[in-house]
Amino acid sequence: MTPQELFNAFTTLLAKEILRFLRIWIQTLLPSVITIALYFIIFGQLIGSQLAAIKGYQYIDYIVPGMIMLSIITNAYSNVVASFYSTKFQKHIEEMLVSPMPNYVIIWGFIGGGIARSLIVGVVVTATASLFTEVHFEAPLLLLTVALLTSILFSLAGLINAVFANSFDDISLVPTFVLTPLTYLGGIFYSIDMLPALWRNLSHLNPVLYMVDAFRASMLGVSDMDIRLSLAIIISFVLVLYVVTDMLLRKGIGIRS
Amino acid sequence: MIKQPAALHIDNLVKRYANNVLALDHISFNVEQGDFFALLGPNGAGKSTTLGIICSLVNKTAGKVEIFGKDIDYEFSKAKKMIGLVPQEFNFNGFEPIEEIIAHQAGYYGIERHSAKERAAYNLNMLGLWEKRRSTPRQLSGGMKRRLMIARALVHDPELLILDEPTAGVDIEIRRSMWELLQKLNADGRTIILTTHYLEEAETLCKNVGIINHGKIIIDAPMRDLLDQLKRETFIFYLSEPAEQAPTLASALCTKIDARTLEITLDHQSQLDHVFHELAALNIGVVSMRNKSNRLEELFINLVNT
Repeated sequence: MTPQELFNAFTTLLAKEILRFLRIWIQTLLPSVITIALYFIIFGQLIGSQLAAIKGYQYIDYIVPGMIMLSIITNAYSNVVASFYSTKFQKHIEEMLVSPMPNYVIIWGFIGGGIARSLIVGVVVTATASLFTEVHFEAPLLLLTVALLTSILFSLAGLINAVFANSFDDISLVPTFVLTPLTYLGGIFYSIDMLPALWRNLSHLNPVLYMVDAFRASMLGVSDMDIRLSLAIIISFVLVLYVVTDMLLRKGIGIRS
Repeated sequence: MIKQPAALHIDNLVKRYANNVLALDHISFNVEQGDFFALLGPNGAGKSTTLGIICSLVNKTAGKVEIFGKDIDYEFSKAKKMIGLVPQEFNFNGFEPIEEIIAHQAGYYGIERHSAKERAAYNLNMLGLWEKRRSTPRQLSGGMKRRLMIARALVHDPELLILDEPTAGVDIEIRRSMWELLQKLNADGRTIILTTHYLEEAETLCKNVGIINHGKIIIDAPMRDLLDQLKRETFIFYLSEPAEQAPTLASALCTKIDARTLEITLDHQSQLDHVFHELAALNIGVVSMRNKSNRLEELFINLVNT
């Protein structure tokens, strides 16, 4: 395919993916906003007002970056896992497999959908947060970088999950038993400096911690870890998951007999 | 003169599935450019596996596949652009309008959006689906879905059209109209490979035939040559007047089915003319006649059971 044809194929798949979640916005965009608004009301205003400040910020201000990151992670993951598994389930993945589209166009088409949905939700959640408190943007470029890399990472994770999934149960197992514990224990609601040494050290094994911490640094200017280390870890995870995804599609695992 | 490459060249193709089932056992055959080729075989013989490998839906274990001289392993993009597939099972996004399904398929082949929409409109019109362009596949009848799959397969104007049981489950009227369309596409120069369980369809449409059984090609021949292998042929004759008993004929074996119907079997070398002359000499008038069964069907059953 020529570069122009590759671009046309990519934009076709990307537009299709974006239209898919926009068409069902009540299922895809609205729930995150409602959930996060409830978090702000309960943990931010009702309980948070009784808590001491963390690193110079009121509790509600401290959890805003984590809340946004939580919605980016869950939306990137769930968009790609649901969409790719649905194409497998209805067999219209064959439309792509018989075409001359290379694997990397398919991967980036789905990642593009995940990025679009997670960033739209991220913006809406940020707007929702601004109704409850003042939202800070200390380092906008870092903020965009971390948001983008995180959405790519979890889109890839969702794609890998969908490749292996054989039923709709399989696409909900990882979010329930892996993703939710990792995000909730990833420093969204607290600083790891508040944890006992053992739990603080164990937290360093959780990749979500680095994303939340870097994102918090970009918004509030405070962090528990070195930002360069966090970025290096996020980029490393992205590269590893991309290589794994490319290998799975090349071998046709889960999609070709 | 340089010989043109075959539309499809398959050389020593092997497929062994993960459960160790050997679906294809070193099959080789060619489909020449402009051919209308029937790939026949009983259920589980390996037809869909073969088509799946050609179209990259199934990984091959060994062997070589070339489309118009382009190896699917080394020039996959060029090879895939030349293929249009009409699969056996419906494989649409059930929630998308059919116009979008076709336009997206064109997009996957690198066709820009405006042109993709025009091609979608052209193909939907050709297949009689334009009025339904805003419907989703779930709102279409079985016959419409089959036609939609053909429209989708044609949207990038492929030189090789592969149809895996395209008329399964459609009524006779739609089947005939699909035959006409396929004949027209073939007459326009497109190479067509067809698998079907309706052997009348293969006999009517196809110039050459390959029969696959237990993962091996057992016949690869022109349809005419294959039908010539029939040693005997049986016809049903409908008479103008009732006959008291079956006449004795020198040129054929005749049995009476009922007062106005005879079953006449003659050797391949015998001529039907002689039968008519003999009946006329006996004052037996014939209103109409037909083959007792489809000729290819008789051969097919003999071949796959030996």
